[in-house]
Amino acid sequence: MGFKTFCFKKSLWLFHFGGASCNNCDIEILACLTPKYDVERFGMVLVGSIRHADVLLVNGSINKKDKPRLLEIYEQAPKPVLVVAIGACGCTGGIFAEGETFAGPVDKIIPVDAYIPGCPPKPEAILAGIVKLLGKN
Amino acid sequence: METYLFYFLIYPGFLFAAVIGAFLSWFDRKITARVQFRKGPPLLQPFYDFFKLLLVKETILPARGAKGVFLAAPVFAVFGATMAGVFILLPLMNITTGFHGDLIVIFYLLTIPSLTYVIGALSSGNPLAAVGASREMKLIMSYELTFLLVMAGIIIKSGQSIDLYQIIQIQREGSPFIGSFSGVLLFIVAIFCLQAKLALVPFDMPEAETEICDGIFIEYSGTPYAMIRLSKYMLFFILPAFIIAILMNGIKLEGIHILWAILKLLAVVLLLTLIRNTNPRVKIKQAIRFFFTWMNLLAIIAIVLAIFGL
Ligand code: SF4
Repeated sequence: MGFKTFCFKKSLWLFHFGGASCNNCDIEILACLTPKYDVERFGMVLVGSIRHADVLLVNGSINKKDKPRLLEIYEQAPKPVLVVAIGACGCTGGIFAEGETFAGPVDKIIPVDAYIPGCPPKPEAILAGIVKLLGKN
Repeated sequence: METYLFYFLIYPGFLFAAVIGAFLSWFDRKITARVQFRKGPPLLQPFYDFFKLLLVKETILPARGAKGVFLAAPVFAVFGATMAGVFILLPLMNITTGFHGDLIVIFYLLTIPSLTYVIGALSSGNPLAAVGASREMKLIMSYELTFLLVMAGIIIKSGQSIDLYQIIQIQREGSPFIGSFSGVLLFIVAIFCLQAKLALVPFDMPEAETEICDGIFIEYSGTPYAMIRLSKYMLFFILPAFIIAILMNGIKLEGIHILWAILKLLAVVLLLTLIRNTNPRVKIKQAIRFFFTWMNLLAIIAIVLAIFGL
């Protein structure tokens, strides 16, 4: 592993995109940042601007209104950026998959690097997913 | 010529200030984590962040902004921080004696980073960055007068000396300025000015993450953002060092005094960190009122006390 990848993996800054979610996954993502789970141990912090992001966390089903926004956000992120689809909605569409306004799961719109299933996934599952993502490349 | 280049680029200038500042910013994050009962980032985290931004990330330029100014602003921020750092650290570390009137030059150089942030933010053409920039400008205008009054207090206490080296020497011969009534008041005021200069939490409205998404830095990515981070690291070291120089009788780098120097530095940074962790962000209006009324009043009281030799 080169110096560049090492630094990249040691300092992943997260940006949170919430689609049309039921708000439960959002809360579980925030739980990862709280004292009990504390992802800052791995150098991860939540950033306010997509320009600083290294990881795009997408949760919730993506409906027709969300789709252009998600694409816009993805294009504005400085590359390399990793995309993590969180929750059953993010991975497949979950209970919204047959809905009228559903515009496809996240991986139909942008390339996804990791899937974390669950409805909602526990913070432990999200951490496990991120650790797997770090070990991937 | 070579020695000056060495001073500016390696020790005690650019490289030294950046490395120490990075460690101090880790200290700040670790203490923050401990205050919130978290574990906190690893020791080399600021270096990982910096090299990731510098080497790995793509740089995106705003489509409708002034691209040249946008890219030049972070370079000038690092430049301003380096120059201020050299002029503060040379007398502080007893390497050279500085020049006549360097206190005033330092005062102006210390505003350069904040000013360049404003210029960079405005040139990006982003409305949220413009909001951040206008807040930063108001903040500069409110704390700068107060900071000037602190300097005036120091000059009066040191018997009309405007040389940093002489101010340190006067404190070494007598007692440190912080050991008097007016000194304590000046220290309190100076700490709040530092808090605003570093944009730490009660006064972080220019980059308020939750309301205007990092405000003045919203459009920066990749290498320019790495430069901004670098200037922030350096300011995190040189501003506390400046307080130590003007109020806490400087530092000596020999034998047991090195330990003292480190303790003083960590104590000032710890104070800043604790203030930032125990206060909510105030509105810009409140910050202006805080500096214009209360801090200026405190500084003027300190100056009057200093004139009477207290
Ligand atoms: S995956 Fe489940 S918890 Fe998460 S947003 Fe969808 S419905 Fe809500």
